Formats: sequence, C-alpha cells, structure tokens
Amino acid sequence: MSSGRVRIERLIRFALAGIAGCSLIMLAMIMVFLFLEGLPVFRNLGPGDFFLGMGWHPTAEPPEFGILPLMAGSVAVTLVSSAMAIPLGVMTAAWLAEIAPAPLRRVGKPMIELLASLPSVVVGFFGMVVMAPLLQDRFNIATGLNLFNAGLMLALMSVPTICSVAEDALRAVPVSLREASLALGATRWETTVKVVLPAARSGIGTACMLGMSRSIGETMVVLMVAGGAGMLPGSLFDPVRPMPASIAAEMAEASFRGAHYHALFAIGMVLFLFTLIFNVTAQRITEKSRRVPD
Amino acid sequence: MFTLSLATRRRTKERVMHALLRSAAFINMGALLAVCSFVAWNGAQAISWAFLTQPPRNAMTEGGIWSCILGTVLLASGALAVSFPLGVASAVYLHEYARDSRFARYIRLGVNNLAGVPSIVFGLFGMSFFVIACGLGISLLSGILTLSVLTLPVIISTAEEALRQVPMTCREASLALGATQSQTIFRVVLPSAMPGMLTGAILGLARAAGETAVIMFTAAVFFAKPDTGSLLRPVMALPNHIYVLATSSTDMEKTMPLQYGTALVLVLLVTGMNLAAILMRDRLQNRRHP
Repeated sequence: MSSGRVRIERLIRFALAGIAGCSLIMLAMIMVFLFLEGLPVFRNLGPGDFFLGMGWHPTAEPPEFGILPLMAGSVAVTLVSSAMAIPLGVMTAAWLAEIAPAPLRRVGKPMIELLASLPSVVVGFFGMVVMAPLLQDRFNIATGLNLFNAGLMLALMSVPTICSVAEDALRAVPVSLREASLALGATRWETTVKVVLPAARSGIGTACMLGMSRSIGETMVVLMVAGGAGMLPGSLFDPVRPMPASIAAEMAEASFRGAHYHALFAIGMVLFLFTLIFNVTAQRITEKSRRVPD
Repeated sequence: MFTLSLATRRRTKERVMHALLRSAAFINMGALLAVCSFVAWNGAQAISWAFLTQPPRNAMTEGGIWSCILGTVLLASGALAVSFPLGVASAVYLHEYARDSRFARYIRLGVNNLAGVPSIVFGLFGMSFFVIACGLGISLLSGILTLSVLTLPVIISTAEEALRQVPMTCREASLALGATQSQTIFRVVLPSAMPGMLTGAILGLARAAGETAVIMFTAAVFFAKPDTGSLLRPVMALPNHIYVLATSSTDMEKTMPLQYGTALVLVLLVTGMNLAAILMRDRLQNRRHP
C-alpha cells in the first residue's frame, strides 16, 4: 500500500474518532451549562433552604426557593406510575415472550412499540380532556388534574420501555432451562415463574430502572395533567407540581439570570442527577449480570 | 384421586395466570387504541384541506395549522440532517474501528446516558448554550441543533445495530481483494447496512417531530409568520401549538376543534413514521431469516 493511502486511512480513522467523541462532549457540555447556570442560586441561599425548604414561592416578596415539595411531587408521580407500569409491563413482556401464539405476538409487539411513539403532548392532552373529567365525576373530587391522573398517563408512557427491555431479557434465557423444567413435569406457568423470571431478573431490574427514569424525567404529561400545586401530596388525588413541570411552566416568566432563573436551572441539575442515578444503576445491573453468568 | 386433583389444580392455576398475563397485554393495546381512536374520532371532523394549508387567523381561533406543520417538518428534518451523518460516523467508528477499546467504552457510556437525559434538561441546555451563549436566539437553528443532540443516541444505537447485522465474511472478502479498511466500509459495509440505518433515521425523525419541551425553550413561539425562510427566526410547531391551545386558550369552545385537529395531524405524522420504521425493520429481518 502506498504511503499516501496509509495516511488517508489514518486520517479517516482519526476523523471518525473525533465525531464519535461528540456524544461525550455534548454530555459534558450539558452538565457544564446546567451547573454554570444552576449553582449561582447558592450565592444567597443555603443548600438547606433549597433542598429542604418547604415553600416554593419564587414570585413572593421575599421569594422562597424550597424544592422539597417539587421533589416530593416528582417522586410521588414516579411511584404511582411505577406501581401500575412495572406489573403491567413485566406481565405483558412475559405474555409476549412465553405464551402468546405467533400471530398475536406479531400484532402485539408492534402495538406496544407504537404506544411508545405517542408524542408526550398528545398523552398529556388525552389526560386533560378525557381522563380528568372522567376522574372528577367518578370519584367526586375537586379536580381531575392530580397525582393519580399524572401517574396513570406516565404509566402509559413507561410501560413500552419496561416491556421491551424485559422481553429482551426473557428471550435471552436459554431454551434448555425451560426444557429442563418442563421435562421435570412443571407446567408452563410454573416454568415461567420459577425458572425463566428468576433467570432474567437482572434484565427485568434494568427495565424497571429505565421505566422509572422515563417517568421522572417526562415533562409535558406532568405539566399538563399533574395539577401544578407546589405542596406535599397528602392523598392520591391531590394536585402536585413535579420538577420538570416547574421548570417548563416558569422559565418564560423568570427574569434572565435572576434568582428564579438560576433556581430553575438548579432544579434541572437535581433532575439530571436523579435520572443519571437511575440510568447508571440500570447499566450496573446489566454489567453485573454479564460478568457472572448464572 | 388426590394426585389427579393436584394436577387439575395446577392446570387451572396455569390457565388463570395465563389469562391474567393476556389481559395485561390487552390493557396496553387497549390504551393505544383508546388514545388513537379518541384523537382520530374528534380530529377527523376538524381536518379539511383549508385546515392543513392555511396559517392561523384571528388570535388562533380560526384558520389552519400550515405554519405549525411547516415548522415541525423543518425542525425534524433539519435535526436529522445534522444528527444522521454524525450518528452514522460515530457508529462506524465504534463498530468498525474501536470495537471494545477503552475509548469506545467511554463513548458507549456517554451515548447511553445521553439517551436517558430528560427532554426538559435538553431544553435548558439548548437555551443556555445555543440560544444565549452562541447568540442564535429563539430560532429554527437553535431548535434544530438541540434536537440533533437529542436524536443522536437513537441514530447511533440503531446504526450500530445495522452494522452488526453485516456478515463478517463480506468485510473479509473485500479486505482479501486488497481493499483498504475505509474502502471496505464505504463500498461494502455501509451500502448493505443502509436500510437498517434508515430505519433508525425514521425513528429519530419521529422523536424530533413529537418533542415539545425542547422546542418550547429553543425554537417555538405561539405565533410566527409562516414564510420567513430564515434559520434565525422562531417558528411555530405542532406539539407546542397543542400545548398552548390546550392550556392557555381564551376561547376553549372555538379552539377545541383546532386542538383535536392538530393532535390528529401530529399523531399521524409521528406514529405513522414509527409504523413505517417498524414495518421496514420486520421486512429486513424476514429477508435475513426467512
């Protein structure tokens, strides 16, 4: 090979490596800019007042920037949605992977994927115009825009994530394990529950983590459906104001580089860390199971 | 007698549990059908040729959504034009050159975490970086650039998957004939991985078109003239239009049909693209494993 050709080859390799590095650079830039705009909030506010403050009144005189109610709102909607989405998602995955006859699976799997594709603003819209009046009449409550409704809509959005990751995990379980169990006289249900599910537990754990990460970071649904009251939720039907909703609703009215503006970026920082923890945990679970094949 | 009843009990249990799993799956499919049919039923009445081709009039209570359709198409295709070449190049580096090197592992970690960043955080980033620090303002270009970062992980992971499907023997045959590695990649590997990569491109396009939180902060405004043709002007977009009409419209009665109509157009666009990508992927798989 001529030396010119070698140089070109090296150049191409180098350029491609540079482009591949873009993702890392972008992730780093996201963190830098969040912290750059978020950290100034602590110039005249103690971390205790910010993280543990009970009141979020950014426009009051003097303003209060306690994000505890917002964090509680985020955690609450995530828990409510996970309580519905995790069983539903894992059960659907088990049905698709273990039980469904081939023609039904060929219809079912794309339908779950299409559910994931629904734009979040449309799901939020559905929650506002259909689910909210329904809940209001059914349970005789003051407003249908509340924790439960938001949890329900978020469950709709995180089920597909949970389902597809869990299904991949179930499919990765070797057929020989199932055959051994069936040969010993176990029914298919017993095989699924006592052999296949335990063998796929790490993948299912990853699925749950990714689903929760999706719920806690989702913006439009909680912005439109959660009700927007910045207080600790006392019941399932209380309105809440999760972190993404606060950022999205207030950014337009916050004065540029004012205390409120920095506080909203600081919430973004907290939200970013929350999802980072979920995602890293999910990756850890996957890696661990890869290292120790059971 | 006892063993028979035990066997029956086990079989009954199996049947009950399987029915339970099936109903869980049907609940999910039912939810999809419920949302889609609700939007389709109410939206179909609002949609007409005029609705699709006219700009909004009279404080959003009349007229169509042409400006929003145009804005969404420009945002999504612009984002893809940036992220597709970058994503494919990244995937080629990861799969064809780096394999499992330490650098590649870090990049994969970065891509995975980038995929998990909430869209509102992308919005904050786009606002502080492209809009303010780069001085692009609330504009089509800011939106395109932010959305391209958001779609990058989708493109990279589907492109890498497509490269994985290309048999090793193809590469070996090309190298054995004296082709260099880059010639092998450009003439042999990429052409045969292209259909799979295009599937990923469609998914990325759909993701960008349905995104709301990002463009709220970087590109979209409630009202803009439709035919400016400048990258540095703000645009209107379908998702933002639905959000604003649904939450802060002054005349709900008049705008309700507009909301349904806009939602239907957006669902048709996004879900339609996803359906196309799914069908394409299934055909590719069937061709490979008949």
